Amino acid sequence: MRITCPHCGERDRREFYYQGDAVALARPAPDAGAQAWDDYLHNRDNPAGDTQDLWFHEAGCGAWIVVTRNTVTHAVADTKLAAMVKR
Amino acid sequence: MTEVTLDRIMSAAPFAGLTKPASAALKEQIGLGLSAPGRAISNRRARVIWAGQRMWLVAADVALDGLAAVTDQSDAWAILRIEGPGVVDVLARLVPIDLRADHFKGGHTARTMLGHMSVGITRVGAQAFEVMAMRSMAATLVHELQSAAENVAAR
Repeated sequence: MRITCPHCGERDRREFYYQGDAVALARPAPDAGAQAWDDYLHNRDNPAGDTQDLWFHEAGCGAWIVVTRNTVTHAVADTKLAAMVKR
Repeated sequence: MTEVTLDRIMSAAPFAGLTKPASAALKEQIGLGLSAPGRAISNRRARVIWAGQRMWLVAADVALDGLAAVTDQSDAWAILRIEGPGVVDVLARLVPIDLRADHFKGGHTARTMLGHMSVGITRVGAQAFEVMAMRSMAATLVHELQSAAENVAAR
């Protein structure tokens, strides 16, 4: 498996650390209420199709990367720097 | 295989939104700005090596007050120069990226792995590379490169 880092280009999977769903990019406001925070902390969708994950280019440039991949075909559709997605 | 010693290595990490002014200030001080991602540049006085997202290593004394976080890392790095006709074959046994000349040219640099170690690799000649590792890993770096070279030579 290879992931295209926006800085470094296509790299081997072993250079990356997997964080999980890219939910951290949509952190609720402090006063969003218990339900929103419960969802944010504990509840994850399990889609058959496109999903977004956070990967860390640990043994490379040190960037957090949002990877869009398809859980059915395993195809990676897109990679973006998390720093750019958030702003 | 020879050790490379740089008298001064400063890491420079520009503060948010200040990469361009930091680069301009650096250019005034040492004649080199911050290099593009994946590139290393040098002149007679200094070297600038890209070292990751918003991070550069500068081989010179620099002051970028208010523009970048600058940290003296002179003693933190062990640098080996590895050179010879089989150098790409030797590194190919350890490094997961394509270092062949048509892909990884002079002045290209990469943060990647050598074995299980995180390293920086820069092409410094047609048959020469510099490999930077944390100093505590220096002996492992030598050992890995030596056994890979012996195995290539034994073929």
